[in-house]
Formats: sequence, C-alpha cells, structure tokens
Amino acid sequence: MSAAVLPAPIGRRRRRGPGGASVTAGWLFILPNLLGFLAFTLVPLVSGIGISFTDWNVISGLSGIRFVGLDNFAGLVKDAEFWQAVGRTGLYAGVGVPLTMMGGLIIALCLNGPVFGRSALRVIFFIPHIVSSIAIGFVWLLLLHPSSGLVNLALKEIGAAQPPTWLVSQDWSLASLILITSWAGMGFHAVIYLSALQALPTDLYEAAELDGAGPWHRFTAITWPSLMPTTTFLAIMSMIGHSQGFGLIAFLTQGGPGDSSTTLSYLMYQNGFQYYRFGYAAAMGIMSFLGVLLLSAFFWRFQRGRGLYS
Amino acid sequence: MSGASMDSGPVTVTGPRAVASPVPARPVPVNRSRRAPQSRRPGSRVGYVVKSVLLWAFAMLFLLPFVWMLSSSLKRNLDVFAIPVRWIPSPVEWKNYVEVWTGGAVTMAVFFANSLTVSLIGVVGDLTTSAMAGYAFARLTFRGRDKVFLLYVATAIVPMQLLLIPRFMFFQQLGLYNTLWALILPGIFTVFGTFLVRQAFLAVPAELGEAARIDGAGEWRVFSRVYLPQIRPTLAALAIISFVGSWNDYEGPLIMLSDQNLYTVPLGLTRFVDADGGLSAGLAMAGSVSSVIPILIIFLVFQRQFVAALATSGLK
Repeated sequence: MSAAVLPAPIGRRRRRGPGGASVTAGWLFILPNLLGFLAFTLVPLVSGIGISFTDWNVISGLSGIRFVGLDNFAGLVKDAEFWQAVGRTGLYAGVGVPLTMMGGLIIALCLNGPVFGRSALRVIFFIPHIVSSIAIGFVWLLLLHPSSGLVNLALKEIGAAQPPTWLVSQDWSLASLILITSWAGMGFHAVIYLSALQALPTDLYEAAELDGAGPWHRFTAITWPSLMPTTTFLAIMSMIGHSQGFGLIAFLTQGGPGDSSTTLSYLMYQNGFQYYRFGYAAAMGIMSFLGVLLLSAFFWRFQRGRGLYS
Repeated sequence: MSGASMDSGPVTVTGPRAVASPVPARPVPVNRSRRAPQSRRPGSRVGYVVKSVLLWAFAMLFLLPFVWMLSSSLKRNLDVFAIPVRWIPSPVEWKNYVEVWTGGAVTMAVFFANSLTVSLIGVVGDLTTSAMAGYAFARLTFRGRDKVFLLYVATAIVPMQLLLIPRFMFFQQLGLYNTLWALILPGIFTVFGTFLVRQAFLAVPAELGEAARIDGAGEWRVFSRVYLPQIRPTLAALAIISFVGSWNDYEGPLIMLSDQNLYTVPLGLTRFVDADGGLSAGLAMAGSVSSVIPILIIFLVFQRQFVAALATSGLK
C-alpha cells in the first residue's frame, strides 16, 4: 500500500538522478517540511525584515502599517537603552559562554578517565539541562532569597557578613543569571566534549607518553588542539543561546531590578509584546542577528588554520 | 511482493552495526585498556580516589538543588525555610501535590493535558516531516536540492524573537492566536530535526537504496523499509529532543496564549507567584517536581539514544 503512494517512475533514464532516485520524489519528500518551513520560518523571517522598516503596532491592524525606511535603525543607533542592553548581552555571553564551556570541559575530562560512579555522574550533571527554565527559576529563586535562602545562610555561616542580595540587587542580578545559566548548561557541554574526547585516537597519546610528556603537556599538545572543532561549535551554539536567552530572565528578574538584567532578547520582547512597538523590536532582532552572524563567522575563521584536523 | 524479504536482506547484514550508534561506542573500552598500564603505576589509586571525591563534591552542586526541590515539595510552607535544613520532611505534606493537581479553577492536570497535546502532536509531526525531508536532502538527487538546503541552513541562527513577531501577527490574522495550534504548528516543522535526520541518513551507504531499487522497490518503500530502520536511534533521539523542547518552551506559550485554560506546564507554573510577588514555596516546588517527571522518565529510559544524538548533532 505504501509503495503505491509514489509510483515508480517509468522513464527511468531521464527521470533518475545520479543517486538513482527519481527527480520528482525528492520534491515530494521535502514538500511537507518545506511548506511548514516557508510558513513558519522563511515567510516570518522576510516579514520580520519588512516590519523592521515600518512604524507599526499590532493594535492599529494591518492598515496601520506605515513604511518609515531606516528610521527604526537610526533610532536604535541613538538609543542608549539599546546599547546598554547590547553591552549587558555581551557581558552575559562573554562571561557565561567561557564559564559554561570550561566547566563542561573539566567535567568531560574527569568523566573520560576512570572515576567512581561514572554513569550516575553523567546523568546528574545533565539534569539541569532537561528541566524547564521555570522549574529551575523557582529553585534558584528560593535558594538565592536574600535573607532566608540557603545560599546566603551558608555564606553567613562561613563568615560573609553581607552576602549579595543576588536577583534583587542591581549589581548582582546579571551575575546571578550568568551563574544559573552556566550551571544549567555545563552538563550539555560536558556530554558533547565527552563524546569528542572518546573519539580521539589513542596512538598520539601513546607516542607522547613514550616521549615523556606529562599530563599537562599531553593536554596542551594533543587534547586541546584536537578539540578545536568541538570548541568552536560549542562556542557558536552557546553564544546563540545566550543572545536569545529569555526564560530565566523573564521569569526571575523581568530585566530588573531597574534595567540591570535587561539583555537584548528581553528588550526585544518588551518592545514587541509589552509596548507593541513591533517595527522597533524587529529592527533590534535584525541587529542582534547580524551581530551573532558576524561573531560566528569570526569564530569559524579563527578555528580554521588551527587544530589537528584543519 | 517479493521485494519485502529482499529489502530486509542487506539491511540486517550490512547496515546497523556500521551506522546505528553515532557515538563511537567502541573506542571507549579501547581507550580504557590502553590506559590500564597508567593505573597500575604507584599512586594512581590515590589519584582515582581524589578525582572521584572532587567530582562527586562538584556534582552535589548539580544534584542538591533538585533534592531540595523534591524535599521542599513535601513540606509545609513554613518548613521550607526552616533552619537547619531538614532534608527528609516531617511531617510529609502530600497536600501540596493534591492542591497543585486538583485545587483551584485551573490545575496542573489541565496544564499537563495541554502540554501533552502540544508535545505529542509536535513529536509525531516533527519526526514525520523531518525524516522525509532529511532523507530527500541526504539520499535523493533533484534539481534545486542544495539551494533549498542552503536556505534552511541560513535560517538556523535567526533570533527566535524576530520570528515570533510575524508569527504572532499571522496567528492573530488566522484566528489561531490563543489556541494550542499556535504552538503545535511551528513545532511540526523544524529545521533542527531536518539537519539531524539528514546527517544520520548521510551515514547510511547509498548502495543500500540502489540495491532495493534494482529489486523494484518504489521510492516510498526504499525510504520507509530500507533507510528508516537504519536511523532508529537518531529518530528516538529526535523524539526526545523535540518533546523536551516543546514541553519546556516558555516564550512561545507566553506570547501566543492568554486563556489560563490553555496554559502549558511552564506557563502554568508561574501561577504560583501571586500578583504581589509572593510565593507559596511548597506548591511551587510540588508543581516544579511534577513538571520534571515526564521528562525524567523519558530521559532515564532513553538516555543512551539521547546522548548519542547530541553527540552526532554536535560533531559533524
């Protein structure tokens, strides 16, 4: 029955490509996904770009769309709030990404050798990655409570007279979010690093050991360069994740107190879905996209020409 | 049709072992045995103990918050913050769960039903469309294929917020705003799923399909009977990733839903914070624990496939 859905082609020679498959079949196979891709990704993307050139709020309806050219972008360039959010996003990613990756790498290196309860550890480190940001938010909201949270009680116990007030402090809100995000992401990074480590050829290590290279030397000469492609991949993924990070920020601080934790993605949400300034928010989205694109390209170029596999 | 038995021939003989497990399972033991001489050196026993202790201490940072969450979910509100922390609650307060699941107008049961609807339809749809498209991108040749795929790739780093603005307005125009469809539809067609499946199919030798075609199998049959079984671990992994992704999604429901009866689990959880920021800790924890359970079960059952897929998605 299933074979009848796509009848075997008759004109074999003409309609079969180099792989031996029929030409129309290819399009039929991608069609369902392609339609969804067009409807929910490509068309929204193009409209998003279009909206960024308009002054439009959803309340005025489709007839309220007014083309304003580059006004939104010109506005952004002069908008101090925007640049502060860019700076905060830079800090959030600039500290958060290396922290998460370093933690993940250290966990992976430890789990790669013999260690007690390896598979249990693997699951434990990974749990935060599969729990929703809201559940994670609740736990840390309570644990980081300035006066009755467990974290500060412990800090007081070991002698900190005035521990930070974490999420409700202008100085600490972004730092708290960085710590929570990194904590939640380390296990994922560890899993990816671990699988890369396990794919490394062992003969290099044997040769190095014969030459008398110590553990640190083996790491810097073999392991780290071999991991370059993985590191680049994780850096790009993690950077995208941080630049789009929303759940924890929206739930835990709503960008506050003040605007101390308003990153670009949260500012975009505010402008779009709270102030209904869709055109302005879309322009922000495009700026953020271009920024991420540029940085990804940079990472990519940086990696080429380095590493053992290059 | 005699093709059926012939199809299955090459599948079982050549295929699975070579491609089925994307994580190189074999290098591990090899790795270990090669390192064995190291561990026989004097002092390495101490190293093993020290490393294990330090790693487990670090792991506590990851485990204890969730143990605390579980423990607090069974406590009275006052006891949640009691000092010193009592890890085993007494009295055990099951009432929190009863309250979360049955108390009030809108309960966890409603949120669960909504989340399950969205996630399950999403998983089935995502697997279907991704498997078909991924197969075509990897193993069928047709004009324009690479251009279309490039288009897919190009959209991979577009910020979600930029897509949500037009989607919000489309769904409003279509009358689908504030319905579960606004969450279900985009979940059925994912670029990520297509990538993942395409990668898995690329690892399956093309000769397999050619052999089946020579035997007279149609395209659909080649796809569903010959190729699809080869990538079962990847499909399992995609199912998990897709389920977890939509189960945990917060921004989509926040933007697309206004009716509390349609809230999904993460959005529903936020109801435990009341208007003035007050929080019933025990209820919040009971809700949080409930929200984790389906995913934890799936994760523990399918852990191997999950990790395997993450590894393949990350490395090629």
